[in-house]
Amino acid sequence: MPELTPSQTVGPYLRIGLDWADGPDVVPSGGVTIGGTVYDGAGAPITDAMVETWQADPQGRFPHPLSGGTDFRGFGRSCTDGTGRWEVHTLLPGALPGEAPHLDVSVFARGLLDRVVTRIYLPEPGDDPVLAAVPQERRHTLIAERVSETEYRFDIHLQGAQETVFFDF
Amino acid sequence: MHQYVRADDVHPPLDSPEYKSTGLRHPTQAPIVVPQRLTEVTGPLLHGTIGPNDHDLTRQHAGEPQGQRIVVTGRVLDSDGRPVPDTLVEVWQANAAGRYAHVNDTWAAPLDPNFTGGGRVLTNSLGEYSFTTIKPGAYPWGNHHNAWRPAHIHFSLFGQAFTQRLVTQMYFPDDPLFAFDPIYRSAPEKARERMVSAFDMDATQPAWALAFRWDIVLRGRDQTPFEEPHA
Repeated sequence: MPELTPSQTVGPYLRIGLDWADGPDVVPSGGVTIGGTVYDGAGAPITDAMVETWQADPQGRFPHPLSGGTDFRGFGRSCTDGTGRWEVHTLLPGALPGEAPHLDVSVFARGLLDRVVTRIYLPEPGDDPVLAAVPQERRHTLIAERVSETEYRFDIHLQGAQETVFFDF
Repeated sequence: MHQYVRADDVHPPLDSPEYKSTGLRHPTQAPIVVPQRLTEVTGPLLHGTIGPNDHDLTRQHAGEPQGQRIVVTGRVLDSDGRPVPDTLVEVWQANAAGRYAHVNDTWAAPLDPNFTGGGRVLTNSLGEYSFTTIKPGAYPWGNHHNAWRPAHIHFSLFGQAFTQRLVTQMYFPDDPLFAFDPIYRSAPEKARERMVSAFDMDATQPAWALAFRWDIVLRGRDQTPFEEPHA
């Protein structure tokens, strides 16, 4: 059987290959903005990172044969800007059987030799088996802050006292 | 729920001190191991918008770029040996002089007005991909004194599940810079050569282009389904 190919960093010039004009637009209009800043261990914003999101639609369906089928794209991609900011424009995900609403997140950057993976939950997420695997004192790093009706904030700290919880799925 | 195999001992450690940029960017807490659920075993099946010249990086401008024209071809597979059809492959690279068409790349090699260095293709029903480009040059970088990156092409792959997502780099055979490159050497020793393409005489185009072959292997399905612990 063939053996797995190792990961390598996206490097500093990822935008040449990965920057899509409509990357952040999981939906073309309406919906909510989910975004924040990616920080390094010194608290400095990371301006050469990329954040990708994958989520169900409001009815809990994915555009994939293993799910119910939907026209929703489900996927967002945002290269961080000169201030380390990323954002996607999307609909809030619905709950899945046995799971609270969430978005899966991949973070890529110069200096990251493999992506790191986390989840975004909405405020007051309720019972969830993945959150339950996280020590209570770190769970807050996975919950977006509601800024307004149409805006949620989710900062990502790769390292440091506020380090985001990352998962190995 | 079927699980995708774990990728232990394949990927570089995020804390790889010889590659200095990992210093403030690697998480210090171990990731929390959790089983894959629906969000992880599904993933974007993007067909996107593939432009007419996205597969040929030598035809994206008015003239031909400088450098050695090459075809890069291969298959995207999973670790069960199954081809991954209709999956998006994105590539980006430096020009023949080792310079990226990027505002932050300031090393003293010429930009090429006929080369941007970005491309994208979909695999066919057999998981095969192919694109035409020029062979990228090696280039110096600031990691340590007299540091040079071996020539490489960046690859981004989706597969069919969030769990299969992979970004990596393809290298060229017999590069003398491998021994000195902390990014290449960050991968476990037994896995490094999987990132190195092979010269492929059969895929060359007579009087036109040399060819390199490189297969990419994504996580396949685990044969033993994960059992949720019963409460």
